[in-house]
Amino acid sequence: MNPYWLDIIYLFSSVTFILGLKMLSNPEKARKGNLYAAFGMTVAIFGTIFLHETEHEVQPVNYILIFAALALGTVVGLVTAKKVQMTRMPELVSIFNGMGGACAALISIIEVNHMIEQMDNDPIAQLPETAGAMTGTILAILAGLVIGSVSFSGSIIAFLKLKGTLNKPIRLPKYNILNTAIMIIIFAFAAWILLGGQELSMVYIYALFAMALIYGVMFVLPIGGADMPVVISLLNSFTGLAAAFGGFLYDNQVMLTGGILVGSAGTLLTIVMCKAMNRPLSNVIFGAFGESGSAASREVSGNIKEISVSDAAVLMNYSSKVIIVPGYGLAVAQAQHVIHELENIMVDRGVEVKYAIHPVAGRMPGHMNVLLAESNVAYEKLAEMEEVNPEFANTDVVLVVGANDVVNPAAHNDPSSPIFGMPILDVENAKHIIVNKRSMSAGYAGIENELFYNPKTSMLFGDAKSALTKLLEELKAL
Amino acid sequence: MNQILDFLGENMEMIYILILSIFVGVEVIGHVPSVLHTPLMSGANAIHGVVIIGAIIVMQNAEPDNVTAITLGFVSVFLGTLNVVGGFAVTDRMLEMFKKKK
Repeated sequence: MNPYWLDIIYLFSSVTFILGLKMLSNPEKARKGNLYAAFGMTVAIFGTIFLHETEHEVQPVNYILIFAALALGTVVGLVTAKKVQMTRMPELVSIFNGMGGACAALISIIEVNHMIEQMDNDPIAQLPETAGAMTGTILAILAGLVIGSVSFSGSIIAFLKLKGTLNKPIRLPKYNILNTAIMIIIFAFAAWILLGGQELSMVYIYALFAMALIYGVMFVLPIGGADMPVVISLLNSFTGLAAAFGGFLYDNQVMLTGGILVGSAGTLLTIVMCKAMNRPLSNVIFGAFGESGSAASREVSGNIKEISVSDAAVLMNYSSKVIIVPGYGLAVAQAQHVIHELENIMVDRGVEVKYAIHPVAGRMPGHMNVLLAESNVAYEKLAEMEEVNPEFANTDVVLVVGANDVVNPAAHNDPSSPIFGMPILDVENAKHIIVNKRSMSAGYAGIENELFYNPKTSMLFGDAKSALTKLLEELKAL
Repeated sequence: MNQILDFLGENMEMIYILILSIFVGVEVIGHVPSVLHTPLMSGANAIHGVVIIGAIIVMQNAEPDNVTAITLGFVSVFLGTLNVVGGFAVTDRMLEMFKKKK
C-alpha cells in the first residue's frame, strides 16, 4: 500500500485534536469535541498498527501482545472511568496522566536498549547517517525519559495527596536548594551522556531514570494539597512535552502535534488557574503557601454564634433571595443531591436561589460545576464569582456549605495572610450568613476565618449531608 | 554546536510544526470559561495519550527474543491505552452531565 496513507491518517488525527480542544472550550460543543478527538486517536492507533513501515517483518507474537495490551488497557480504563465517583475526578486525571508519563519514559528505555543491540550486531551499518541525527535521536530519547519519569512519579505523589494518604506537605530542610541541585545534576548528566563521546550504556539510562523519578517525588512532596490542581495541570503539560519528544524520535507528526498542543494548552491552563488563586506559579512550586501561614497571620477572636436547624429553616423560608456557596466539604459529604432538593423546595416557596461558584471551588477549577451538574442542578443556576459578587449586598441569606478559604475576608483585609489578594466571594455583604461546617477546624490552607466571628454569621455545625437533610425536613414542615 | 545545528537543520519541518502547534494550543483554549477547566484538563490529558503510537512502534520493532524490550513494550502499550481510553471516557462522562440539563 502507498506509505503516504499513514501520513494522511496522522494529518487527519492532528486536525481532530485541534478541533477537539477548540470545541472543549465551548459548553455546547464540548462533548462532541471530545468524541472527535477520541475518534482521531483511534484511527491513528490502528493506522500505526496496520500501516507503519517497520525495520523488519513484525513477528505475529508482537501483534498478539500489542492487541492484548490494547484490550487490557481499554477494559481497565473504561471500568475505572465508569466507576469513579465524581468527587474523585482530580485523582483519576492525575493517575491517567502518570500512566502517559510512564509510557513515554518506557519508550525511551526500550529505544536505547534497541539501539545498543543494533550497534552490537552491526556497528557500522546501523548507525544513523549523520552525527546530527544521532545526537538528535539521543536528545529526544533522554528528554522523553526525564520528562516522562518526572511526570509519572510526580503524578503518583499528587494522586496520593489528593486521596489523603499523604495529606501534609513534607519539606526536607532546604528543599528548594536540594531540588534545584537534583535538577542541575540531571541536566549535567544528560548532557554528558549526549555529548561526552563515550559509548551509550543502559547503566546511564537507568541512573538517569532513577534520578528523574526522585526529582518528580521531591518536586511534588513539598506542595500543599490545595495546590494539587495546579501541579496536575503542570504535569499534564509535561507529559504532553514527553509525547512531543517521542514525535521527534520517530519523525511522527501526530505525536508531535498532539503532545505540543497539550503542552502549550496545559501551560496556559496552569497559568489561568494560578491567576484564579492570585498566586504566581513560582509561588506554588517554591511553596510559600501554608508554610508560615497560620503562625504569621493575625489572631482572630470573637464569639461564635450557633443556629439551630429550625431557626435556619425559618430564616431561609422567609427570604426573598438565597445564595448557596458550595465547597469541597459538600462533595465529600455527598450532599449534592440534598442541596438540589433544598433548592427546589425553596424555589417552590418563591425564594430566588442561586449557587455562587468560586473558580477554584472543589479540587479543580470547574470541579464544583461538574459535581452539581451530576445532581441535576440547572446550568443557569450556577453563577461565577465576578457576576455574583455584586449581588451579595441584596441577598438575604448566604448558605455556605463546606467552603472556607474562598469566603475568607482575610484575602481582602489581612496583608499578612497567605491568601491575601486571592479573589473571594464577598459573602459578608449579605444580610445573614449561615455557615455549615463539621467543626471549627481551619480550611485547606490551614488558616483561621474571621467570617465565622462576624456578628451576621451563624454556624450550623454538622456533617453537610445530615445537617442539610434535617434542614430540608424542617423546610418541608413549614 | 555543529551537531546541534545539523539536528535543527535536518528537522526544520518538525520544528515549524512544533512552533505553530504551541501557538495553536494557546489560541484554541484562550477563552475557555472556568466551568470547563476540569473537562478541558481531562480531555487534554487524553490527547497526550498519543504517546501510545510510540509504544506501538517500539513493540513492532522489538525482537521477540529480547525479553526486556517485549515486556516493557507490553507495559507501555497498556499504560498508554489506559491514558487514552480512560481519559476520553471520563471526559465524556463529565460532559454528559452538562449536556442533559440543557
